[in-house]
Amino acid sequence: MNRSKWKNVGSELLGNGMGVAALILLLLFTLASVFAFLSGHDPNELNVMERLTPPGAGHWFGTDDFGRDYFARALYGGRVSLLVGFTAMIIATGIGVTVGVISGYFGGWLDNLLMRMLDVILSIPTFLILLLLSVFLKPSVGNIIVIIALLMWMHIARVIRAETMTLKEREFVLYAKASGQSAFGIILKHIMPGLIPVIIVGATNNIASAIMMESSLSFLGFGVQPPNATWGSMLNNAQGYIAQAPYLAVFPGLLILLTVLSFNILGDILRVGFEPKLIKR
Amino acid sequence: MSESKILVDVKNLKKHFSKGKDIWGRDTDVLKAVDGVSFQIRKGETFGLVGESGSGKSTVGRCLLRLYDYTDGEVSFDGQQIGGLGEKKLKPFRRRIQSIFQDPYSSLNPGLNVLELISEPMKIHGTHQGEDRKEIIAALLEKVGLKREHLYRFPHEFSGGQRQRISIARALSVRPEFVVCDEPISALDVSVQAQVVNMLEDLQAEFGLTYLFIAHDLSMVRHISDRIGVMYAGRLVEVAESDELYENPQHPYTQALLSSILEPDPKKAGQRLSQNGYTAKRGGEGNSELREVSPGHFVADF
Amino acid sequence: MTERLLSVEDLKVSFSTRDGENQAVRGVSFHIDAGETVGIVGESGSGKSVTAKAIMSLITPPGKITSRNVNFRGENLLNLSEKQWRKLRGNQIAMVFQDPMTSLNPVKKIGQQLTEVIRRHRGLNKEAALTEAANMLRQVGISQPEQRLQQYPHEFSGGMRQRVMIAMALSCQPELLIADEPTTALDATIQAQILDLFKELKGNSHTAVALITHDLGVVAQVCTRVIVMYGGLIMEEGTVEDIFYRPQHPYTKGLLRSIPKNGGKSKERLVPIEGSPPDLLDPPPGCPFMDRCPHAFARCAERPPVFELSAGHRSMCWLADGEVSVGVEGGTFA
Repeated sequence: MNRSKWKNVGSELLGNGMGVAALILLLLFTLASVFAFLSGHDPNELNVMERLTPPGAGHWFGTDDFGRDYFARALYGGRVSLLVGFTAMIIATGIGVTVGVISGYFGGWLDNLLMRMLDVILSIPTFLILLLLSVFLKPSVGNIIVIIALLMWMHIARVIRAETMTLKEREFVLYAKASGQSAFGIILKHIMPGLIPVIIVGATNNIASAIMMESSLSFLGFGVQPPNATWGSMLNNAQGYIAQAPYLAVFPGLLILLTVLSFNILGDILRVGFEPKLIKR
Repeated sequence: MSESKILVDVKNLKKHFSKGKDIWGRDTDVLKAVDGVSFQIRKGETFGLVGESGSGKSTVGRCLLRLYDYTDGEVSFDGQQIGGLGEKKLKPFRRRIQSIFQDPYSSLNPGLNVLELISEPMKIHGTHQGEDRKEIIAALLEKVGLKREHLYRFPHEFSGGQRQRISIARALSVRPEFVVCDEPISALDVSVQAQVVNMLEDLQAEFGLTYLFIAHDLSMVRHISDRIGVMYAGRLVEVAESDELYENPQHPYTQALLSSILEPDPKKAGQRLSQNGYTAKRGGEGNSELREVSPGHFVADF
Repeated sequence: MTERLLSVEDLKVSFSTRDGENQAVRGVSFHIDAGETVGIVGESGSGKSVTAKAIMSLITPPGKITSRNVNFRGENLLNLSEKQWRKLRGNQIAMVFQDPMTSLNPVKKIGQQLTEVIRRHRGLNKEAALTEAANMLRQVGISQPEQRLQQYPHEFSGGMRQRVMIAMALSCQPELLIADEPTTALDATIQAQILDLFKELKGNSHTAVALITHDLGVVAQVCTRVIVMYGGLIMEEGTVEDIFYRPQHPYTKGLLRSIPKNGGKSKERLVPIEGSPPDLLDPPPGCPFMDRCPHAFARCAERPPVFELSAGHRSMCWLADGEVSVGVEGGTFA
């Protein structure tokens, strides 16, 4: 990575309306979920008298079937969703980069072993594993993060492996090798910097899919357990009231959509920003 | 020249790459990139290695740099075998044998500045420290026609020729004895090639360097080399002093290669450039031993 | 026979990049007559390939062409619609690129690809097109053309593929063939074969060839006229004899001096051109070669006009002033 490239990425990001919007949106969501306690409502406080109140001044997003403030629940739900997304992404990226670099750089039997292992994990349908694991493991935020991370590292590992294999044939790596630089030194000094763009792009896309996965899990009831809210479980509960209170589905659905979309847009812009020399006219 | 001692001795070098494997990991298809090559390089001389793409010339260079473990044969440097050595025992040789690669855009890590680039081999081999090291690098930069101000610049701020100068400075920073130059000028513009060739010649005279000069530009190779080896399909087909080789080529492949040299002279445009192509099979069973036709001039059977 | 085929007037091409406007071609004017072989030489970044692409209308955004006129047989190519271009391209003007590997469709047989072109441009039926395709392959020196037509590109070597590309380009008997570094990717012995092919074509076809290359040896071998480009401008233009035996421009002289003489036999030191080419993001207002020129003087900061030294031998250099000067203000080649 050379330093002027970072400037390019920055200007690409800020020069793109969509990119700015995505950044602002994500920042807003993050702040909102961090400062969720300021909403003035307890997300788990029941109030049967006010059940299924439509959105209005008292309850911005209305209330759900137990009369809980939907806005507060959305904020606390976002906390879980974003937390799961981020942490799972970091773990998955960590595993993926390590496996990918080792596999790509050393090659041979080690590469064979790691890649076959990866193939095996990839060949089992994701949801089957998710469901099985969530039956055996106690559903907690921590467990969900680990499960999601373990299901996501393979894609990034493949991309990193391929990129490492190209990088290690570059002449500056050959030179370092011929000069007696150790394998660890070469990876740290010459391979890793070249992988940063791939890692960043992979990581942003991973957050998006982790959030989706958590939502799907919670939607199916295998995620974080009631009464704690996540966007996915809120969507799940909304099913029964889709005719009477469609807003129950609309709010969490929209939040998931916007978050995932924002991360994907960011990933795309970063990918472009790291690559070409020409600008669009 | 011929009395000086032999620095690099390559005996029956073979490097085979596996192109396909069965499920047990046994090779089913083998590419014999280098198939029985022997030559010697004397101290202080430039040995040119020419051949077309796929002839195995670069693979020979990479075997000498021990970037590959070769399949068979022996390579000794200054009388010592470097073939089976592990990385630890190899380290002193890694300082004494340095390399310059072809692509000035890929041979320098884009994320490091000139100081960091040139100090890499110095750090590995623990030659000089801190300010001292910086001074030596600055002096080296001036030697290759760059300036002290360039220390903190990044590769993308330089032209192709300047980058190749940085590569040369990097290779020389640890005072090597032998430099493998793998097509060091092929990617450069004509007017810049001459700059780099002159510099390599000057540095050779000043530091007593020995070069292996791998290239496909025949007239430049003749200009810079004392002796030349011609490679074809993984084998050496002819070795001779450079003028002898160009004036009295024996092997049909060498002849075809030489007739394809483009003279920058319109008067010579009348002649046909191509001869009937020489086609020998790769990995044939023939003997890879060379015959001495006149003192110092060796030819393979054809 | 000096029928004017193509004339280019004050062609300018620029590409917008992050760092500013890259002025790849900064006002070049030249012409190509019917049947002649013109070499356009220059180093990387001289603008030679961009010039060729501009003539073929193959410049895509962020590239931009500005020119007064690119005239081909009385028609301004810059005003043609994409539909008119499709008729012209391949039919009257054909192009051969550097890399024969990427110019052929890997999943179609050579025969299919050749006959397709022949049928589209010449309206022959399938049988006739196939016979014609075999004839074309024979003409470019491919033996057993009937069998070769049934093969796929990967069954051809690099040199053979380049022959196929040339056959394809010639199959419609174009009036102008633009060859952009046609031998650069090939090995020396294969390059020799392709250049021999170009020499033969020069003798027995009416096709004019614009050969773009960085290699003066290639030019000396096959061209009759030479255009030397540097820094987006034409430095010197003349017959091969003018350029190789009577070069006037210091850049041309420097280029000739920097290659080993007598095939490298002479061990005397090479004479390089010191320095590096100008930055086309911010090109110097005067002569682009000024910084590297051993003869540069104050006036070089001003862009020299084109001086005509003898019929057809022109040079853009103040040193040529005082000769039979028919310099045009603004520096364009007529």
